[in-house]
Amino acid sequence: MFSWFRSLALLLPLSLLLSGCGGTYTWGWYVISPNLEKGRENLLFLVSGLGHTVAVALCAITLSVVVGLLVSLAVLSPNRFLRGFGRAYVEVLRSVPMLVMVLWVYYGLPIVFNLSPSAFTAGVLALALCDSAFQAEIFRAGIQSIDRGQHEAADALGLNYLDKFRYIIMPQAILRVLPPLGNQFVYMLKTSSLLSVIGLTELTRRANELITTEYRPLEVYSFLVLEYLALILLASWLVRRLERRMSARDGARPYSADAVGAAKPA
Amino acid sequence: MSTHTYEPHQPMVELRNVNKQFGAFHALKDICFQVERGEKVIVCGPSGSGKSTMIRCINRLEKHDGGQILVEGIELNDEVRSLAAVRQEVGMVFQQFNLFPHMTVLENLMLAPMRVRKTSKQEARDVAMQYLRRVRIAEKADRYPAQLSGGQQQRVAIARALCMKPKTLLFDEPTSALDPEMISEVLDVIAELARDGMTMICVTHEMGFARQVADKMVFMDHGEIVEVAPTAEFFAAPSTERAKLFLSQILSH
Repeated sequence: MFSWFRSLALLLPLSLLLSGCGGTYTWGWYVISPNLEKGRENLLFLVSGLGHTVAVALCAITLSVVVGLLVSLAVLSPNRFLRGFGRAYVEVLRSVPMLVMVLWVYYGLPIVFNLSPSAFTAGVLALALCDSAFQAEIFRAGIQSIDRGQHEAADALGLNYLDKFRYIIMPQAILRVLPPLGNQFVYMLKTSSLLSVIGLTELTRRANELITTEYRPLEVYSFLVLEYLALILLASWLVRRLERRMSARDGARPYSADAVGAAKPA
Repeated sequence: MSTHTYEPHQPMVELRNVNKQFGAFHALKDICFQVERGEKVIVCGPSGSGKSTMIRCINRLEKHDGGQILVEGIELNDEVRSLAAVRQEVGMVFQQFNLFPHMTVLENLMLAPMRVRKTSKQEARDVAMQYLRRVRIAEKADRYPAQLSGGQQQRVAIARALCMKPKTLLFDEPTSALDPEMISEVLDVIAELARDGMTMICVTHEMGFARQVADKMVFMDHGEIVEVAPTAEFFAAPSTERAKLFLSQILSH
C-alpha cells in the first residue's frame, strides 16, 4: 500500500520551512489561493504543465527501454563489432550531461541535419538518448545475473541463440530489472524539468512563466515542489504495483536453480 | 565439413585424442574412447579428474582444444549446423537440474520440441505427458519447478531431455545435489531408461548403481582415462593401482 507515513515525514520539514522560519519574509500565498479567482486561474495554469511532463517521460522511457535493450544485447553479443558498438554507445552517451544533450539536440539538429524538431520531440529524443545508456547497463546486469545453468540447459536442448534469449533468459532478466527500471522512470519524470529551458510547457516551465508575471517565485516554486512530490509518489506506487503483479503472474518464486526441497512430495 | 561415414559398426560417440586446457590447467589429456549404440557407460574418478569436462565436451558445452569428437559420425567443430544436429541427438541431465524457473513443468518439457523439432503444440503436450508419466510425476505438470522437491525436479529434467527423443543421454552427476532420501527415486528412473536400450554416459559416484546398470566403466584421474573395463571386471579386479585405490576409498564405507 501507499505509504502515507513516509509522505508525512517528507511533508513535515517542507511545511515547517513554509510556515515562517524565513523571519522577515512575507508570504504571498494569494497568488495560488483557491479562494480567489486569480489564484484558481494560476493554479490551473501551473497544473496544465502536468500533461507534458507525464507524456514526455512516458515517451522517453519507452524509447529508452527499447534502445537500451537492443544496446545491451549488442554489448553481450558474440559478435565483436556489435560488442564494440554497444560499448562505445554506452560510454559516449553516459558521459554527456542531460542538459547539454537537451540543448544540443534542440539547437544542433536543425543545423547539422536540417531537421527542426518540436520542443517535445527534441526533449523525448534527448532524454531517451541519455537514459538508454543507463538502461543498457541495467539490462546487461540483469541478463548477466541469470545463472549459467540456464544457458547450458537451453544450449543442451538445442535452442538457438535467439530462442534462448527470447524464451529463457529475457523473461527471467526482465523480472529482475523491473525495480531499477521503475527507478529510471521516476527519475525521468524529474529530469523532464530540464526541458523547460527549450520551452516545453511542462510543470517547471509553467512555474517560470507564472513567476515572470506574478513576481512570487518562492510560493510558485514551493507549489512546484509539491506537484513533483505528488507525481513521484504516485508513480512509485504504480511501479511497485506493476512489479508485484508481474511477479505474481509468472508464479515467481525465489529464483535459484537448486531450490532443493522447496516443497515436500505431496 | 562434418564427415558422415557409414561404417557398419559406427560408434554412437567417439572421442579421439581429445585435449582440453583451462589456462595452464590441462583438464583432459589425450582422451580416447567409444560408446556403442545402446551401451551404458559410467564414468568415475576423484573430483577434479576431468569427468564432467569430458562429458560436457560431448555436446560442446565446453570446447575441446585438440583431437576429434564424433557423435554418430558427425564431427563437433565450430560449424553451427553440425552442432545443432548433435545437440538434437544428445540430451543432457545436469547436477543442478537447471529447469526453467519461470515455466511450468509442462512448459519446460514442451519448449524445445516445439521450437527446435517444430512439433505441434498438441503433439508436444502428448509427448511431454507421456514422459512425465514415465518418470512418475504427471500430477505435477502444472506446477513450477520451485514447488517440487529436488528428486522431483531431477525427474522432470530427465523427462525434459527425453522429450527431444535423443539417441544418447549424458548425465553429469545427476544425484550429487540431492538429499539422500531422494537419490533412489532418480536412480530408479535412470535404470529403467537403461533397460529400455537408451545409450547413456553417466558421471556418478553411486557405485551400487554403476554395478547394476553399466556395461562398461571408465575410470579417470588427473585428466586421463586410466582404465576402461567391463563392469564386473572393473569391480572384481581393477587392473591399475589408481583404480584399486579409488575403489577401496569409495567402497570402504
